[in-house]
Amino acid sequence: MTLTSPVMIADTGCANLASVRFAFARLGVTTVTSAKPEVLQKADRLVLPGVGSANAGMAALNKYGLAEMLENYERPLLGICLGMQLLLKMSKEGDTPCLGRFDGIAEALPPRAGPVPHMGWNTLGIAKKNALLKGINDGDYAYFVHSYAVKPDANTIAVTNYGMAFSSIIHRDNIYGCQFHPERSGSVGARILQNFLGARP
Amino acid sequence: MLARRIIPCLDVMDGMVVKGVRFAGHEVVGDGVDLARRYRNEGADELVFYDITASPQNRRVDTNWVGRIACELDIPFTVAGGIRSVEDAAQVLSAGADKVSINSPALQNPQLINDLSLRFGRQCVVVGIDSFWDGQNWLVKALTGDPDKTITTTWKTMDWLTEVQKRGAGEIVLNCMNEDGRRAGYDCQQLSIMRKKCAVPLIASGGAGKAEDFADVFANANVDGALAASVFHKNILTIPTLKTYLRTQNIEVRP
Repeated sequence: MTLTSPVMIADTGCANLASVRFAFARLGVTTVTSAKPEVLQKADRLVLPGVGSANAGMAALNKYGLAEMLENYERPLLGICLGMQLLLKMSKEGDTPCLGRFDGIAEALPPRAGPVPHMGWNTLGIAKKNALLKGINDGDYAYFVHSYAVKPDANTIAVTNYGMAFSSIIHRDNIYGCQFHPERSGSVGARILQNFLGARP
Repeated sequence: MLARRIIPCLDVMDGMVVKGVRFAGHEVVGDGVDLARRYRNEGADELVFYDITASPQNRRVDTNWVGRIACELDIPFTVAGGIRSVEDAAQVLSAGADKVSINSPALQNPQLINDLSLRFGRQCVVVGIDSFWDGQNWLVKALTGDPDKTITTTWKTMDWLTEVQKRGAGEIVLNCMNEDGRRAGYDCQQLSIMRKKCAVPLIASGGAGKAEDFADVFANANVDGALAASVFHKNILTIPTLKTYLRTQNIEVRP
């Protein structure tokens, strides 16, 4: 197999790999899925999906030797859901040190929020103009499934509310994180993935 | 704001979508992938694909079918039916499902809920509860896909609802069997009582017949989502019509 695919997906054994792969396929893009750091570090663009707990997620990255590669990867990188939280400094879920690509800390959604996990379609409030948000309108809905979140800071480009305001999209340099699942967020999610494909390696 | 979810349920028997009245006398209503595509385009927020023959026939859900749905859909979907082990769930999730829903196997082996939650995270683990009012209590039934094999368990619905949350359920679908397939409205009384004991998302199931029934269950039972089958499959109500109506009732829904 040649490694000329515009997108690679880090295979950390988590459950939403197929949906991410299918979402890019619907955009006409074939992806390469691998757990090998030596393969993934050559990617033009890299997606870090993830569902489950932060400690299990970091354990998987360490097991596959991916943590160090992800700490240093310079081309466009998109973390999805838990994948986004793993890009933070740490998660209070199991007090887990994470990759440190962003300064934030993932914390539990407050009990006043309502039922947890926060599961379903919620609105994106655009906090900053950004190429990833091209074609996305303030108030568009995206699909969320999570129990932890990071509070908005200087890197936040979209905000969502569920018991507290949290970052639904973060961006710094070439690194993006979506707390929701673009691969399951209908045409809004498809547009965000399309915009990510437009990010220059 | 978090929108209320409208969730068409595709009961599947031998690869075709079917619907029974009070869980018996099933009739074919269409092909699964066609219906999935149609509901996505109409604005369904999520789909449930429920293989009602898998549990009674002691076989696993067909993952080829799951894969075809996963390729097509860009909204979340749940697969239920015959998932008895972590390995079964891994196959269904790796085929592209977002969540697995377990019902009878959880009653036979409650530890399965803990095992699935630990392996995949609780957000992947839905527990379906078939609740039947016997005149005195709400009781949990098992193996409801086949009327000849259906049994009443020793669990009261509220006790089982509490137990499954302790074990790691991330969402609960409460199917009110007395109402199922009758299109006479959701059991708001039961659902609002169970809502108070449910800290995870709660989905109402059984009884939807008209737009007002959905408004009623969201306003009066405060459920996160409403699941329905025949009302959609038989074109009694379309999702765009339903969502337009819910907006006039100040119930937040996704366009």
